[in-house]
Amino acid sequence: MKMLSRKATFNSHGQDSEYFLGWEEYEKNAYHEVENPSGIIQMGLAENQLSFDLLESWLAQNPDAAGFKRDGESIFRELALFQDYHGLPAFKKALVEFMSEIRGNKVSFDQNKLVLTAGATSANETLMFCLANPGEAFLLPTPYYPGFDRDLKWRTGVEIVPIQCSSSNGFQITESALEEAYQQAQKRSLKVKGVLITNPSNPLGTTTSRDELNLLVNFITAKGIHLISDEIYSGTVFDSPGFVSIMEVLMDRNYMNTEVWKRVHIVYSLSKDLGLPGFRVGAIYSNDVAVVSAATKMSSFGLVSSQTQYLLSVMLSDKKFTKNYVSENQKRLKQRHQMLISGLQNAGIDCLKSNAGLFCWVDMRHLLSSNTFEAEMELWKKILYDVRLNISPGSSCHCTEPGWFRVCFANMSEDTLNLALQRIKAFVDSSTTTNNNQSRHQSNKNQRRKSFTKWVFRLSFRDREASER
Amino acid sequence: MNHSRSRRNPTREPDFPTAKPPSPGGSSGGGAGAAMRLIVPLQGVVQGRGGLILGSVIPGALYYFFQLYLKRCRSAKPNSNPPSPSSSSAQLADLSRSSSRSNLSSRGSVGPVRVSARANSIAKPNASPYYIGLERASEDPYDRFDNPDGIMQLGLSENRLSLDLIETWILENLERSMIGGADGNLNISGIATYQPLDGMMEMKIAVAGFMSQVMGTTVSFDPSRLVLTSGATPAIETLCFCLADQGNAFLVPTPYYPGFDRDMKWRTGVELIPVHCRSSDNFALSVTALDQAFNQARKRGQRVRGILISNPSNPIGNMLNKETLYSLLDFAREKNIHIISDEIFAGSTYGSEEFVSMAEILGSEDFDKDRVHIIYGLSKDLSLPGFRVGVIYSFNTSVLAAAKKLARFSSVSAPTQRILISMLSDTRFIQRYIETTRERIQKMYVAFAAGLKQLGIECTKSSAGLYCWADMSGLIRPYNEKGELELWDKLLKIGKINVTPGSACHCIEPGWFRCCFTMLAEEDIPVVIKRIQRVVELET
Repeated sequence: MKMLSRKATFNSHGQDSEYFLGWEEYEKNAYHEVENPSGIIQMGLAENQLSFDLLESWLAQNPDAAGFKRDGESIFRELALFQDYHGLPAFKKALVEFMSEIRGNKVSFDQNKLVLTAGATSANETLMFCLANPGEAFLLPTPYYPGFDRDLKWRTGVEIVPIQCSSSNGFQITESALEEAYQQAQKRSLKVKGVLITNPSNPLGTTTSRDELNLLVNFITAKGIHLISDEIYSGTVFDSPGFVSIMEVLMDRNYMNTEVWKRVHIVYSLSKDLGLPGFRVGAIYSNDVAVVSAATKMSSFGLVSSQTQYLLSVMLSDKKFTKNYVSENQKRLKQRHQMLISGLQNAGIDCLKSNAGLFCWVDMRHLLSSNTFEAEMELWKKILYDVRLNISPGSSCHCTEPGWFRVCFANMSEDTLNLALQRIKAFVDSSTTTNNNQSRHQSNKNQRRKSFTKWVFRLSFRDREASER
Repeated sequence: MNHSRSRRNPTREPDFPTAKPPSPGGSSGGGAGAAMRLIVPLQGVVQGRGGLILGSVIPGALYYFFQLYLKRCRSAKPNSNPPSPSSSSAQLADLSRSSSRSNLSSRGSVGPVRVSARANSIAKPNASPYYIGLERASEDPYDRFDNPDGIMQLGLSENRLSLDLIETWILENLERSMIGGADGNLNISGIATYQPLDGMMEMKIAVAGFMSQVMGTTVSFDPSRLVLTSGATPAIETLCFCLADQGNAFLVPTPYYPGFDRDMKWRTGVELIPVHCRSSDNFALSVTALDQAFNQARKRGQRVRGILISNPSNPIGNMLNKETLYSLLDFAREKNIHIISDEIFAGSTYGSEEFVSMAEILGSEDFDKDRVHIIYGLSKDLSLPGFRVGVIYSFNTSVLAAAKKLARFSSVSAPTQRILISMLSDTRFIQRYIETTRERIQKMYVAFAAGLKQLGIECTKSSAGLYCWADMSGLIRPYNEKGELELWDKLLKIGKINVTPGSACHCIEPGWFRCCFTMLAEEDIPVVIKRIQRVVELET
């Protein structure tokens, strides 16, 4: 017995994909400058650690915000008891203004249409619960964030049908790809409820073009479905073209107060733009009253701590700070991004041209032994165990072409990034060494095969354990 | 604090030929055009007598009736508006126990795609007096000085008696605790970066220690068996997702916390089967009743996955003794089901009885550990509902593994964890806090129960919780749910106090009310009693 539910026992949480296994390996042998200089460097975590100093200095100058004080008076009691799922009004106001600022004030948001959740993970799941019934589907352009397989599907029973994008046009969304995905869903007898895009894209690091956004609006209008725009990286755009929000496109087409207007929803978070994933702050923005109402009530299952709401309401209301933070942060991201792509170029590796996000979409197709996903896995494992870098393989992001990898650049120091680039260079150089090293390579390959077998065995054992009880 | 929203009337106006222009998603525009083409030729026929007027009135009327007919065919279910929060007592009397189910009519859809069925039912304003009362009281809250005629809130089990202690501690210790490093320099990476989504280990250690302290140190909790969630609300939902599939059921002794209906059923699809307890046994839980309920469920083809108990009980305020806990365990073993023990009020005791956690009786019994799961949180015992800290404690490693992964949907904010790690580790302060709170709760309970007694209202003997379970059955007429809700309504409108009627808690006997007294100050008690007296006198 001690029987668990189907949801708890089956692998529907996608936790066993390589994306997460790499993390486990990293945790066992994490790089540390002093204590473990030959450990694995984490380049699979999209976290922004570049601008902590800005946050720290703000906090030092504003002790009242963290000190439960407003204008010198203690408001501790009020915050200790505040659990209203409508959220702290001062925080919602500051948050929608911040969102507006990131969009160059071309769009303004109404705080009453905003629902707060414990992180974007919770926001995405909640939206699924609100928009789709179990067994219905959402279309997602590939490659997409591996976490969606878990966040959107697990407890909701919703399906994901991929919109296949290819490198031939920089992985942009095309009309035919949209139609094809829709047909696929119909073939699988899945009712399509909407499309979900991430703009700027994870893992591509590119902003969605105006043409693509217009295409999407046409598509959802024609099919009568929803569009969710996950814009959690909107503040990390460091280069042109700038960020264009779906709301802006709708307004340009005069779609306010139409049915379509009510079917477009935005997901936001402070985990990427403000580098505060530990705070667990996410939000859903919707023009549909029913969605806002249902999502608000569902947020009971993931409310944001009142202490955090208050602290951030003060921070985000400091417009001078936010303006400076956003621009300085973007500068630093741009610089790091440049460092990564030139370091990779130096090793003969290209990246997709990108202008946002905390990572690059790296083209390692030429390093594959064959144009297959098996070869991609082989390469990924080499990079994980031999080069000792944890990066995310394209297959875990459902990319249709093998050989692409997502590499993060904002979650480590400059020195660490340099070291990582050195290791990659060394690896590429050694791989392209000529045949007189072939025999050594052969024995290395055998060793690697042995450890591969061990790894597979470990993997299957882990699987069994999880499903056994 | 929830804004009441009266719903848009879903019935549509008949579409006259001169009606609104077609909207991007509208479907009826085309119909009007086709109908006109049929009717206009008729116009010529009637034009001979009565002329233009008859010629347009008759087709118009025909068209109107045609639309009416179509509309009736289209709407398969009756369109009933749920009662708006400011409903009259007559409407309230129509509230059946399964009021949420009566509101499952679908909305008339204006566009081709609407929200999910789940969202539709959740979005409706909640018709339970539990929620209605909370809302009304928060719209017009009593304040001794600023609003002495406001509604006194006795329907929310919140403890405000000892917030001053916590506030003092925070203001004295904050800088050191939140972000300060050893050298006094701020170091935000400890709270800004991704933390384990089921809680930082230091926080788990601190919370496990607190749970032990609060339950009298007779039992210790293993931090590795904890999963932290943003409040007890997601804790219980997550546990349901782990233990039951859609359509499965849990046995729940009544009366129970109204929130369970929402937290456990909304998104999980799980059912709750009430197991009625009666005043004749002091609302004690009987295994015979559990057995009956289990067998009846089986006959219906419904799979029971476990029992949910709240200990100390909400809304009664009594505690389960060791023998009862053992017999529950025996029952669970016999039926091969789980036990969820919601122990969120474990520290809020005031009687002479000692609290016994399920964890305590499992000490020696290894075999059944896998069935037992405990829910806890800091909202009641530590008076910090705003901070959102809940706990799932389980001995079952598979449940823990699943719950850990699910915790990503409801994780606790890192800065809040930081500050609580500091506070909970100050065990001297915590000890003082626990003892002081108990004294204050007891004082309030004694004064409040005595006040009620003077009015002839008895409370169930209780020793824990932030409320008492008052018997006002002698005051209701007729002796049924309708009478109870009428009294509730009078207490709210005339007495200006919000209490929770037993029917909202699924109590099988009418006339019982849960009255929370820890949101009041001592000086407020006579005011409350006088207000209740006003209503009592009206009834007698």
